[in-house]
Amino acid sequence: MSTVGTETIEGFSSSREIAQSARDRLRAGSVVVLLAALTAIPLVANDYWLNAVLIPFLIMSLTALGLNLLMGYAGQASLGSGGFMSVGAYATYNLLLRLPELPLPVSLLLGGVISGLVGVIAGLPSLRIKGFYLVASTLATQFLLEWLFNQYGWFSNYSTSSSISAPRLAFLGHDLSSPTGRYLLTLATVVVVTATAVRLVRSQTGRTWMAIRDMDTAASVIGVPVSAGKLKAFFVSSLVIGIAGALWAFAYLGTVDARSFNLDRSFQVMFAIIIGGMGSISGNFLGAAFMIFLPILLDHLGSGVFGGAIDPGQLENFQKALFGALIVWFLIKEPRGLAALLSRAWTQLVSRINR
Amino acid sequence: MSGPILQLRDVSLSFQGIKALNALSFEVARGEICALIGPNGAGKSSLLNIINGVYRADSGSVTFNGEQFIRVRPAHAAHLGVGRTFQHNALFRHLSVLDNVLAGLIRQSRTTLLEHAFGVGRDRRETREFTRRADEIIAFLDLTRHRDTVVATLPYGVQKRVDLARALVGRPSLLLLDEPMAGMNQDEKHEMSRLILEANASLGTTIVLIEHDMSVVMGLSHHVVVLDYGRKVGDGSPEQVRRNPDVIAAYLGTAH
Repeated sequence: MSTVGTETIEGFSSSREIAQSARDRLRAGSVVVLLAALTAIPLVANDYWLNAVLIPFLIMSLTALGLNLLMGYAGQASLGSGGFMSVGAYATYNLLLRLPELPLPVSLLLGGVISGLVGVIAGLPSLRIKGFYLVASTLATQFLLEWLFNQYGWFSNYSTSSSISAPRLAFLGHDLSSPTGRYLLTLATVVVVTATAVRLVRSQTGRTWMAIRDMDTAASVIGVPVSAGKLKAFFVSSLVIGIAGALWAFAYLGTVDARSFNLDRSFQVMFAIIIGGMGSISGNFLGAAFMIFLPILLDHLGSGVFGGAIDPGQLENFQKALFGALIVWFLIKEPRGLAALLSRAWTQLVSRINR
Repeated sequence: MSGPILQLRDVSLSFQGIKALNALSFEVARGEICALIGPNGAGKSSLLNIINGVYRADSGSVTFNGEQFIRVRPAHAAHLGVGRTFQHNALFRHLSVLDNVLAGLIRQSRTTLLEHAFGVGRDRRETREFTRRADEIIAFLDLTRHRDTVVATLPYGVQKRVDLARALVGRPSLLLLDEPMAGMNQDEKHEMSRLILEANASLGTTIVLIEHDMSVVMGLSHHVVVLDYGRKVGDGSPEQVRRNPDVIAAYLGTAH
């Protein structure tokens, strides 16, 4: 009897492996289709869609990815995302301004690296404290950075207004300041960074982060480099968020303005990963879509269905209440967010079709 | 290298004035299975925590492989070859069995963040090598069919085996097992005993373990050290310890 049992179990595991590889192939295929569609979008979408919907959606996804590496994978909560975005934006601005001979991708990357280094410093308290206390210390980072960029004119090249206009975007002689150019710049950056992040979380670095997240005491006893792992998470996370901040300033707003990287932004990013799914790559895109599309949808609903009978201020309050309720619901019911919800629905659908 | 692999001399430890260990001395010979027994609160777990650096002794010395510790950090002890499993479940619960076992090899890694991010350099070769070693231990501990399962969904007895695999994969020369059979039924205990004996015999790992079940201890160990209120009351072969009147009074006769 026991032999039969083993055989069934082995048969099960091999069929599961086949299912796994089929699912991987399906996933890879859908990613390719999605990429082709995203690249082709400028052919059909008008400037409003690119400027007001797709560009912020992609950048918000990238920011969420950055925070997710730190919070969802390495388990270190942070409310400093807005601050790191501003570091990336101001660093890239100064690189474009002071070293104009650098190609655009290099300036973006260097801006990200500078933000990553600031992230390492901001992450130092994580070696001693965790949880709520760490959140409080990242909050201090957020306020410190906001103050820094307001206080010292050097960062904004002594501009008299508090927002400064971004330099022209160009790469290999192509002007990227049209909506299509800015969209494609954003898309290309998001694709490259996401592909790298996917590789990273499946590598030993990702395993180190998740070991720290799941059980840091055991990790240190078995020789996982906990402190180095935490600081690397802060570095990579802030690097990605910094690049996103630079894109937010140059590809979306067209200005560098510290006020667009305030604490509200940090909360928005955190909500995006809670709703989308912590510890999931696709969750960042789902969460960002939710955060960007829902307000637009509610706006249209307000003006379209109710014919403007609802006061826009009321609508905004309603939106905040809705987000709050959803976040509480997700934290209690599905801590792994929309990504887990969708993958479960997908599995059920497949098993129903197969039956 | 000959001589004892582990030597403790006059080790004392107290928590806020309460003596957990009182001038404790004993030796563990290379290649043996040594059991630490004693009633609850006798100081057994504290002793393991001193050996691998989670606690620091107030006085006395620990000599491992001829090297005397003044102060050792857990990560450093792991590098020196001290492996460890935990009394309470301390696995990485959202990770698969394979990833948990692979985590036990991270300290031996020579690759960097950049190599991981771009899959270049030594990363591929190291990943292949580590996966091979992990799969070897997974097969050795009869976990192959659970390889890709998230550990939180596995039965408790299997999780205990994953903990053992995670400690063994780095091929420690000394392995500390804190109640490896706690909460197991008789069948699972027999299976675990067999695996511990096999790890000791075929991998040559010296093992120090804490266990309450006397029949398991007598069947498994070459050497038994009995603790009571932080003092050593017995030290010898299972036979000698069983006949020792102090031991009977302190532990075998009264507590059970």
